[in-house]
Amino acid sequence: MKLTSLTLAASLIGSAALAGEVAPKDVQFDDYGAVEVSLSGASGDAANGALIAGTKSKGNCVACHAITALADVPFHGEVGPTLDGAGARWNAAELRGLLANAKMTFDGTVMPAFYKVDGFTRPGDAYTGKAAEGELMPILTAQEIEDVVAFVATLNEE
Amino acid sequence: MTKPMGNTLTAIALAAVAFGTVATADESADLVINGDQEMTIRTAAPAHLSDVMDEINSGWLYRKDETQLLQMDDFDNPGMIFVDLAQDAWNAVDGSEDKSCASCHDNVEETMKGVRAVYPKWNETAGEVRTLAHQINDCRENQMGAEKWKYTGGKMTAMEALISVQSRGMPVDVAIDGPAQSTWEQGKEMYYSRTGQLELSCANCHEENYGNMIRADHLSQGQINGFPVYRLKNSKLNNAHARFKGCVRDTRAETYKPGSADFVALELYVASRGNGLSVEAPSVRN
Ligand code: HEC
Ligand code: HEC
Ligand code: HEC
Repeated sequence: MKLTSLTLAASLIGSAALAGEVAPKDVQFDDYGAVEVSLSGASGDAANGALIAGTKSKGNCVACHAITALADVPFHGEVGPTLDGAGARWNAAELRGLLANAKMTFDGTVMPAFYKVDGFTRPGDAYTGKAAEGELMPILTAQEIEDVVAFVATLNEE
Repeated sequence: MTKPMGNTLTAIALAAVAFGTVATADESADLVINGDQEMTIRTAAPAHLSDVMDEINSGWLYRKDETQLLQMDDFDNPGMIFVDLAQDAWNAVDGSEDKSCASCHDNVEETMKGVRAVYPKWNETAGEVRTLAHQINDCRENQMGAEKWKYTGGKMTAMEALISVQSRGMPVDVAIDGPAQSTWEQGKEMYYSRTGQLELSCANCHEENYGNMIRADHLSQGQINGFPVYRLKNSKLNNAHARFKGCVRDTRAETYKPGSADFVALELYVASRGNGLSVEAPSVRN
């Protein structure tokens, strides 16, 4: 009895979208992989986006991309192109789509989908190596996506 | 243009400093062990890989100079301590049959030469592909009447190292046809499957991106010719399944179990991608 109510409570929290928030399964991509509306219903905070982009347990964008604006974060990867100038190459809707699920923009890309909760093979419980239990959370929340979109939009210089 | 070379170097060094990348790996180095044993660390890709890459190379090439050096002399190689320990285990009687490995296999240097190079291997009697670790445990259980060793445990990895070092310098040459073929196909399928919430396959990192940095790690081809590997990170020998487990886990996936049929298939396939490279075990990595 106790267990059931706990699980229920957990799944309620897990799936409860905040007012104005677009749930991962409801994201609308256009033909080019762009997402027009804010996922959180609010605008993003570029400073927080910069933090998320450089933090291993969050966006960890620097694992694959060099970003001069984050030069104080050690070790930038080379798997993807540098994000310098990405703010000039892509508009906010395109960046939002790239972050939510880059495979909608670049077919088969190595870049992970940060706002996706299903369709995975052997999904794990974060980095424990164990099977995921219950509903999966996206890697970044709706607001975190918006924050990173706002941050990348500031990267105007090549 | 008086000193073009100097300028280029400075520019590269500057770029490296700016991004904090570790650009110290010497990918052009050659591996000679104890001053006289030359290893094949780059060679033509085996035929089954020819449509995806021309050259295969050892993970040793991608490590930093200090790490590379540790593998060049057995006195510096921390993995060799475990080889000595396993030599004692080789001679130690254990189990209900009062036997040691040596009772049946005599001198390890003679009887185990070349064995590691062809594993994982089809075992006709058992009708299955066996890894070296599985074969060792089969002998312990069925020949000695002794307890099986933990698949990724220290006793097992040490014994794997002792047996593997007898093949050091010989080319990896696992069979992928005949009765092993279906297992090999299964392993290949796994190699290209994108797992976990990050949806990454072995190939995404080790085929499409070797030579690139991923955060602080310099990606290699993920070859297993050096296994078991002494890792500076955990100060012990690690066998291939332990490494596979970590790599699958890092895709935010549910891993497979070390010793499982899945990982046996993956090991056969990954080993075959290294056919032609020298057996390097015990190698040293970070
Ligand atoms: C596992 C590696 C990986 C990670 C992690 C990753 N990306 Fe990417 N990203 C790529 C690759 C590879 C491409 C190139 C697209 C392609 O052709 O596949 C790319 C492309 C992009 C592009 C478009 C390229 C351009 O500048 O024109 C943007 C923008 C981008 N990523 C942003 C991000 C952000 C922001 C994050 C962190 C939230 C991130 N990426 C995390 C691998 C990654
Ligand atoms: C009672 C005799 C006996 C003992 C003791 C024994 N083995 Fe074996 N071992 C065999 C036989 C028989 C085979 C061939 C088995 C087969 O092909 O199915 C074999 C095969 C092997 C092989 C595979 C060789 C190849 O060419 O593929 C390895 C490796 C091995 N043993 C390791 C060990 C180790 C390590 C020990 C001690 C922990 C050990 N054995 C103890 C009888 C023994
Ligand atoms: C997200 C990228 C990534 C993926 C996906 C990945 N690995 Fe790795 N792997 C690494 C990194 C980083 C290292 C350490 C540096 C190196 O040797 O590449 C590593 C190391 C290895 C090594 C050790 C190589 C050596 O020389 O010691 C093996 C073997 C390996 N990986 C196999 C695999 C297999 C098999 C898979 C698929 C199940 C896989 N990896 C998936 C990133 C990855």
